[in-house]
Amino acid sequence: MDWGALHTILGGVNKHSTSIGKIWLTVLFIFRIMILVVAAERVWGDEQDDFVCNTLQPGCKNVCYDHFFPISHIRLWALQLIFVSTPALLVAMHVAYRRHEKKRQFRKGDQKCEFKDIEEIRKQRFRIEGSLWWTYTSSIFFRLIFEAVFMYAFYFMYDGFRMPRLMKCNAWPCPNTVDCFVSRPTEKTVFTIFMIAVSSICILLNVAELCYLLTKFFLRRSKKAGNSKQQPNHENKEETKQNEMNELISDSCQNTVIGFSS
Amino acid sequence: MSWVFLRDLLSGVNKYSTGIGRIWVAVVFMFRLLVYVAAAENIWKHEHDEFECNIKQPGCENVCFDHFFPVSHIRLWALQLIMVSTPSLLVVFHVAYRENRERHHNQKLYKNPGKIDGGLLCTYLISLILKTGLEIGFLVLFYKLYNGFKIPRLVKCDIKPCPNTVDCYISKPTEKMIFLYFLVATSCLCIVLNLSELSYLIFKYSMKCYLKRHMKKQQ
Repeated sequence: MDWGALHTILGGVNKHSTSIGKIWLTVLFIFRIMILVVAAERVWGDEQDDFVCNTLQPGCKNVCYDHFFPISHIRLWALQLIFVSTPALLVAMHVAYRRHEKKRQFRKGDQKCEFKDIEEIRKQRFRIEGSLWWTYTSSIFFRLIFEAVFMYAFYFMYDGFRMPRLMKCNAWPCPNTVDCFVSRPTEKTVFTIFMIAVSSICILLNVAELCYLLTKFFLRRSKKAGNSKQQPNHENKEETKQNEMNELISDSCQNTVIGFSS
Repeated sequence: MSWVFLRDLLSGVNKYSTGIGRIWVAVVFMFRLLVYVAAAENIWKHEHDEFECNIKQPGCENVCFDHFFPVSHIRLWALQLIMVSTPSLLVVFHVAYRENRERHHNQKLYKNPGKIDGGLLCTYLISLILKTGLEIGFLVLFYKLYNGFKIPRLVKCDIKPCPNTVDCYISKPTEKMIFLYFLVATSCLCIVLNLSELSYLIFKYSMKCYLKRHMKKQQ
């Protein structure tokens, strides 16, 4: 049980995302979660064991470590990743709800339902419009807020993104001021800057996706207002073409969903 | 045998839940199970090694640690997760029983074995009550065992074989407290979700009953 389960769930959401959303998901999994699990956890693995203070006073090391690291970098990143991935669940739930409604229509034998069997409903890709547009846009908005909040919390807690080699501690029971040395400060600084950089890229991707969705929304609105006389068949052909292209793109991504589509 | 089993169990339960039930599953999975495995477990990993007392007397550290942490926070957290997810099995078993009955009699006894009505509704309500009770029980246990949800930096210990009173320092108390509060917050959120689901179901089915009776009277 690890990040693999999250990957499976978010993979399902991938199918219904925009292209920028798919890039965001790839960046999240490869450059953040994978780096966290494969590299960062090892760098921070021995952090308290190798945190050394120039004193024999028992308890001083514990107290100083707790004072300088109220919450470890690695835990903060894990929490950030969990919180940032959660809004995508809203989209997954909405899609599952729509599928459920379509299945109900199909079972009732509704003639409006255009699917031949339940398998088609399960595999269908929904377009981001209507209420799904609102859910999707709010999920991106929440993602942005969580990213920004965690980055700020990080900056605030650690006075910047650098890991110093030496910290001076005078918390009780340390006698006077004691020098404490952090293990692997340069490596930790490198990884911190890397994670912050990738976080910023994710924020930019989210902002771009938000702008793209808003632009599409307003364009669609102005189209509807201006071209109400255009034949519906012409628009349907374009939509099916777009759908086919999107199917081809999404087929290359993993798209199993556990439990959220029933 | 690991948390994968619990994850699969929760996914299975999702099928027979209401909308609020699915939100509960998502909260338990993302904010409790995932946070536990990805973050919290590692904080408490070396808690005994890093627990330090200002004394050279052999055995004193062991005895003091045992006195202040009869059951480690992280173990209680894991137990809570397991206990709270288990009542949902009742619903899964009941649906399996219904499907088995249909197979045994070789005819369709229920319109939809997974629909929450009749006996399954009672089972579902019982599972909700059990879940809520267990959540509250564990929170009370946490509170009573550790005198609130605070983790002090320093504890004073005077149990034999420690001579007189000895200062003992807990490792990473702030980080542990942050995650403890997180646990309490998610627990409370789950309690609220369970109670709303309970009231929603009771309200829905009492309205159904009332309307049925009303229609019968009219006829």
